[in-house]
Amino acid sequence: MRIYHFTEQAYPEAWSEPSSLRVTLPNSHCDPVVAADLFHRYHDEWMLADELGLDIMVNEHHATATCMSASANVTLGILARTTKRARLLALGIPLANRPDPLRIAEELSMVDVISRGRLEMGFVKGVPYEVPVANSNPVRMMDRLWEAHDFILKAMTTQDGPFNWEGEYFHYRNVNIWPRPWQQPHPPVWITATSLTSAAPIAERGHVLATFLTGYRTRDLFQRYAEAWRAARHSAAPADRFAYLALAATASTEQEAFRRAAEVARYVTTTGIVAEPFRSPPGYASVEDNAKLLRQAGRKGPRMVPTRDGRMVNIAGEPSVRDLIDAGLMFAGTPDQVYRQIAEFHEASGGFGNLLLMMQAGRLGHADTVDSLTLFGKEVLPRLAVLSGEAAESAAA
Amino acid sequence: VVQAAVISRDGAVRRSGIDIAGVELELREQGGGRPILFLHPGIGLLGSEPVLAALARHGRVLAPSHPGFGASALPADFRTVDDRAYFYLDFLDALDLRNVVLVGAGFGGWIAAELAIKSTERLSHLALVDPVGIKVGDRESRDIVDIYAHTADQVAALAFHAPARRPDIAGLDDAALREVARNRESLALFAWSPYMHDPRLRRRLHRIRIPTLLVWGESDRIVTPDYGRAFAAGIPGARFAVLAEVGHYPHIEQPEALVQEIAGFVAAPAEGIRAAARN
Repeated sequence: MRIYHFTEQAYPEAWSEPSSLRVTLPNSHCDPVVAADLFHRYHDEWMLADELGLDIMVNEHHATATCMSASANVTLGILARTTKRARLLALGIPLANRPDPLRIAEELSMVDVISRGRLEMGFVKGVPYEVPVANSNPVRMMDRLWEAHDFILKAMTTQDGPFNWEGEYFHYRNVNIWPRPWQQPHPPVWITATSLTSAAPIAERGHVLATFLTGYRTRDLFQRYAEAWRAARHSAAPADRFAYLALAATASTEQEAFRRAAEVARYVTTTGIVAEPFRSPPGYASVEDNAKLLRQAGRKGPRMVPTRDGRMVNIAGEPSVRDLIDAGLMFAGTPDQVYRQIAEFHEASGGFGNLLLMMQAGRLGHADTVDSLTLFGKEVLPRLAVLSGEAAESAAA
Repeated sequence: VVQAAVISRDGAVRRSGIDIAGVELELREQGGGRPILFLHPGIGLLGSEPVLAALARHGRVLAPSHPGFGASALPADFRTVDDRAYFYLDFLDALDLRNVVLVGAGFGGWIAAELAIKSTERLSHLALVDPVGIKVGDRESRDIVDIYAHTADQVAALAFHAPARRPDIAGLDDAALREVARNRESLALFAWSPYMHDPRLRRRLHRIRIPTLLVWGESDRIVTPDYGRAFAAGIPGARFAVLAEVGHYPHIEQPEALVQEIAGFVAAPAEGIRAAARN
């Protein structure tokens, strides 16, 4: 099993603003000196992850204090040179919110070449609150995502000179990217899904299905993917086609781990703090879902998720670390406890070959993050390799 | 195509599933005589019953739901307001309507203006009610309030002179609420960017050479009367009228006053002569 260390590279110093951390929070709340220090430590932690045998996940968001990375590709460009062995996953690049997929194909090919073939390309639609930031149309976003996807893969795999593209959403002449990617025919593609209907198109294309914080609903998504894979390919979907993202904190005592976990859990309680008009632009969600939102007339409803013992937890409230662990959204404790929680969830979900762990979030400081990462890398990671029946990639390799 | 017709107490006939120019359309018809085509605003036909009934005293009112709104289908290749303008030209041809009074409100006013710059052959008069569609200010000034950056309550406070007159959305049944959500989605598809306007429309307005009336709600804070004056200035000889104690939706807040204004304009002799000369 591959374990990816992920942080959103937050700017928590601005989190005192209660009404909206996204879209409308003026950037006067951002001190570039503080931002530089934060960027440097987040990168130091990724370089440590690389040394520990972990892989690396980055992302991007826009106009927000929850994530300073405005370009996954810029972050990857740094890591491609500063790390030695880790797989470098962008999850993701918001294809439906980016106007220029040619530029994405070029930048990702550069990252793949500079890293000597360590790139994993995660494509996502883009979050609703960043539709107005990108000024992309919130309607027909999945159509744009798939056209951009098709274009990027064609650009990366065409080696016999320029081609032409006159699509519904994108128009190019003379497409001929330099450099072409290191990995052949192209770097692996990951796509996220939260609904059952979106799992099948990912399986049909053979891409990795990644789900974020879907807890004990993950099994249904993975099963739908496996069915679509079997229908399209007449074989069983390999474990490396599945990825699950959760929060994580490890320490030598449970008490210390839970203290760290409470900081990491602030991701869950801050990520949705956005002014009401930007929560669901028309067309982003289905007509049926938006009709339900209209019925609520702006009131935020609870987000109930099931736990493994059948309780329901409202993660839109202030869920406890124990609630998050029970809901399969977080793995936290001593190395033994973390291993057992992951093994139990791995079994319950039907299995996966990639585990994406947000091991830094909120105000969790550098020393805590380093200790959490180190304990995980040295005491949990080797056992997980055994769990999934794959050879561990040791830090010394 | 499944056709269904429902006749309501006020004599309105509401048809759905009729095929016009290749689009399955929902069409409400009421009254008789000269055709009056009503193009609804971005919120659809919600709250339009009183204005349609008032207009029906002066002619045969045709009030379609735009493709993608109400129960009307949305062709996959419809992406611009231009697509809608050409569609309604096809609509006029398909029903062989002549001497038409074209009334467009808000977003429907934008469609009506885009139609009229292309051809006024089947029109006698154009009435635009608080339309959007042109760019007036500089690149850093928004002429039209960004409804997507405001809550529903905030938009209502800006749109209505008396916000209590706003249609009750939360009280609608599930089917009607789905229509509201679908209307919002379709409006965004066509009006997201450039926001609620076509950068080229203003310089083309001079092509409208039929009697044209612009009616503006004095309290419209979505798009102000000054914007309306700039709109009217682009259309040769257009008359500009302001209605008191009404906001962005005169057809909901003051339907009788609005229809009186339109009927008076259509009946006025000067315009009547010009209209007669065309037919």
